[in-house]
Amino acid sequence: MTLPMTPQPGALAGEHELVQLLSPDGTRRHDPRFPDDDVEREEVEGWYRDLVLTRRIDTEAFALQRHGELGLWPPALGQEAAQVGSGRALRPQDFAFPTYRDHGVAYCRGVDPANLLGLFRGTELGSWDPQDHRYGLPQIIIGAQTLHATGYAMGLLLDGAVGHDDPERDAAAIAYLGDGATSQGDVAEAFVWAASYQAPVVFFCQNNQYAISVPLERQTRVPIAQRASGFGFEGVRVDGNDVLACYAVTRTALQKARDGGGPTLIEAVTYRMGAHTTSDDPARYRTADETEQWTAKDPIARVRTFLESEGSTPEFFGAVEAEADALGARLREACARLPEPDLADLFSFVHTDLPPELAAQRDDVVAWQALDERGAA
Amino acid sequence: MTTQTMSLGAAINAGLRAAMERDDHVVLMGEDIGRLGGVFRVTDALQKDFGENRVMDTPLGESGIVGTAVGLVTRGYRPVVEIQFDGFVYPAYDQLVSQVAKLHFRSAGRIRVPLVVRIPFGGGIGAVEHHSESPEAQFVMTAGLKVVSCATPHDAYWMIQEAIESDDPVIFMEPKRRYWEKGEVDTSDPGVDLWSSVVRRRGTDATLITYGPMVRTCLDAATTAADEGIELEVIDLRSLSPLDLGPVVDSVRRTGRAVVVHEAQRTLGLGAELSARISEECFYSLEAPVQRVTGYDMPYPPSRVENEFLPSVDRILDAVDTAKEF
Repeated sequence: MTLPMTPQPGALAGEHELVQLLSPDGTRRHDPRFPDDDVEREEVEGWYRDLVLTRRIDTEAFALQRHGELGLWPPALGQEAAQVGSGRALRPQDFAFPTYRDHGVAYCRGVDPANLLGLFRGTELGSWDPQDHRYGLPQIIIGAQTLHATGYAMGLLLDGAVGHDDPERDAAAIAYLGDGATSQGDVAEAFVWAASYQAPVVFFCQNNQYAISVPLERQTRVPIAQRASGFGFEGVRVDGNDVLACYAVTRTALQKARDGGGPTLIEAVTYRMGAHTTSDDPARYRTADETEQWTAKDPIARVRTFLESEGSTPEFFGAVEAEADALGARLREACARLPEPDLADLFSFVHTDLPPELAAQRDDVVAWQALDERGAA
Repeated sequence: MTTQTMSLGAAINAGLRAAMERDDHVVLMGEDIGRLGGVFRVTDALQKDFGENRVMDTPLGESGIVGTAVGLVTRGYRPVVEIQFDGFVYPAYDQLVSQVAKLHFRSAGRIRVPLVVRIPFGGGIGAVEHHSESPEAQFVMTAGLKVVSCATPHDAYWMIQEAIESDDPVIFMEPKRRYWEKGEVDTSDPGVDLWSSVVRRRGTDATLITYGPMVRTCLDAATTAADEGIELEVIDLRSLSPLDLGPVVDSVRRTGRAVVVHEAQRTLGLGAELSARISEECFYSLEAPVQRVTGYDMPYPPSRVENEFLPSVDRILDAVDTAKEF
C-alpha cells in the first residue's frame, strides 16, 4: 500500500477563531479582547491613505521591474492591511525585523519608499540605517530574523525597558514572517527562546497561503496560531485583510510584551494576490477561482466602503488618489537616479577596517577600472 | 611586568572576566556556561560573580544562540557566545555565514557586529565523534568574518579581550587539548596585537607554519630536530583571517623551506591557501614545494586511531626531511 503524500486540502486539524473587526462588506464590530473604541474615523482615514500608498509603492515597483528597471520585485499586493495594521500599532521605540515583502511596514516606519528599490535594482544591499527607523534590513533567508527580533527583545529585558507602565519608555520587538517560515528551525528556536526568557517580542506571521508555490497544507497540519500554545505563549488568528483587526490585535500583543507579559504569535490570514516575485508564475499552482474569491476580501475596498458610510468625502478619496499618483511619479524618478555602486568602495564594508590583503584586492579593482576608463576614452 | 602562571583555559576565563569588568555590555551566552561553568569550566564562576543576566545559560540550539546574539548586537550589546564543541557549530552555520558575516557589508558599514564566537576545537582528547573537529577554514573562507586561534595562556588571556573589543565579528578558536597546559601570563602587556603572527622559535633550516593546538607540537618537533642539528623556525599565525604573512614571508625567504601544519583535513584547509601565498611571495627563495602535514581527508576518525590521523612530531620531521632532500 502506498500512503498518500499529497497535502490534503482542508486537512488542517483544530479550530482557531478568526478575529475580524471590519467585514469584507465594510461592517465594523468590536471585540472586548482587542479594544479599538478609541479608533475614530480620522485614524481610519489615515490607514486608508497608508493602504493606498502602500499599494501604489508596490504596483509602481512591479511596473518598474517589468520595464527592466528592477531585477526583481516581491509584490505585497493583497497583504497591505496586515502590514499597515501591524505597522501602525508600533510605537517609535519598538523595533521591527522584516522580510523582503514588508513594504507597507517599511512605509509605516518612515523608510523612504525609494530606498526599498535599491536592493531589487542591484545598487545596494541595504539602504537605510536600521537604528534611524527602528526597522531592520529586509531578510531574505527565511525565518532568520525571528531570532534577531528575539535577541533584541532579550536586550530590552536586560536594559530594563519593559514593564514600567510608561508609554514613552517601554518597548517591544516585532518579527515579521510568513507561513513558509514556520517550517524553519530558526523560527522554532525563536519561539523557544522567546518563551523561555519571556522576551517582549511579537511574531507577526502573514499567512498568505503559499510559500512560492507550496500551499499551507504542506507546512502545517494545524492553524499556525495554534502552534504558539505548544511553546507556552498565546497565539491569535486574525483576518489579515482587515486593517482594524490587525491594528487592534497587534497593539494588544505589543502592549502585553511591553508590560512584561512575554511573546505572542499573530497569524494574519491573508492572500498573496500577486506572484511570489516577478519571476514567478502562479497560474502553475493555483486556480483563477481561488484568486477571485480573495479579490472579494480586498483589504482596501472594505475600508473605503466603511469610510463612505461614515461620511468621508469624495474630496478625501480624491486627494489620496492624487497623492498616490505623485508618489508613483516620484518613485519612477528616484529609481532612475539611484546611484550606481562602485565595487572598489565595497571593500571598505567587509570589515570595520581594511586589512592589507583586502586593500591589495581593492587596488586590483581600481587598476582594472582605470584600464576600462582608458579603453573607453 | 605582572606575570602569573595560568592554564590556557583559566587564562581565557581571566580574560573574559577582565572584559566583563571593563564593559557591562559584554554578555556571555551558551549551553551550560552558567551554573556548570562550561563543559571545560572556561566560564567557571562568572555567572556567580556577574549574575544570570550577563552569563546566560541558553536553551539548547546553536542557531538560536548566534541568532539571538545578533539581536543583542542590534540593541548595543557585545555578546560572547560559546559553541560547546567544534562539531556543534554547524546548526549555527547559516546565522554565521548569512547574517553575522554580512551585516556590516549589507548595511554599507552602518551596522557593526561586535560578536565573539568561542569554539573549542581540535582533537587529541579521546572524545566521541563531533567533539574533535577543526572547521576553521570554513570560517576563514567566509568573507566578513575574522578568525583567530590562541596557542598559549598569555595569548589566550589577551586575545579574548582584544576579540571582544573588536567591532567586527570574531570566530575565536580555542585549542581544547591545550586548555590544561600552563604558562606565564603577563597581565600588564599583551605584547603584539590580535592580528599579528609571531615567531615562536628562531631557526634557519625550514619554517614550520601553524596555529592553535599544533604550535606546541611544532615546538616539540623543533626541539627534537635541534638534537639532530636541524634548526626549525616556528611561526604561530594567531590570526587566520586576516592573515599576517609578513613574518612567514621573511622566514621562508631565509629558510627556503616551508611546512604548514594543522589538524584540519588537507583539501582546501588553511595549508592550501598558505601554500599558494608562499609560492606567490617566495617563489625565487623556495628550495622545495611547500609541504603540508594535516589531518587526512576523512571525517574525524574514532579516537583510538586519532593519533595516527593528527599531525605528530614524526610526521612533521618527515615533511621537513622531504623538503630538505627535494
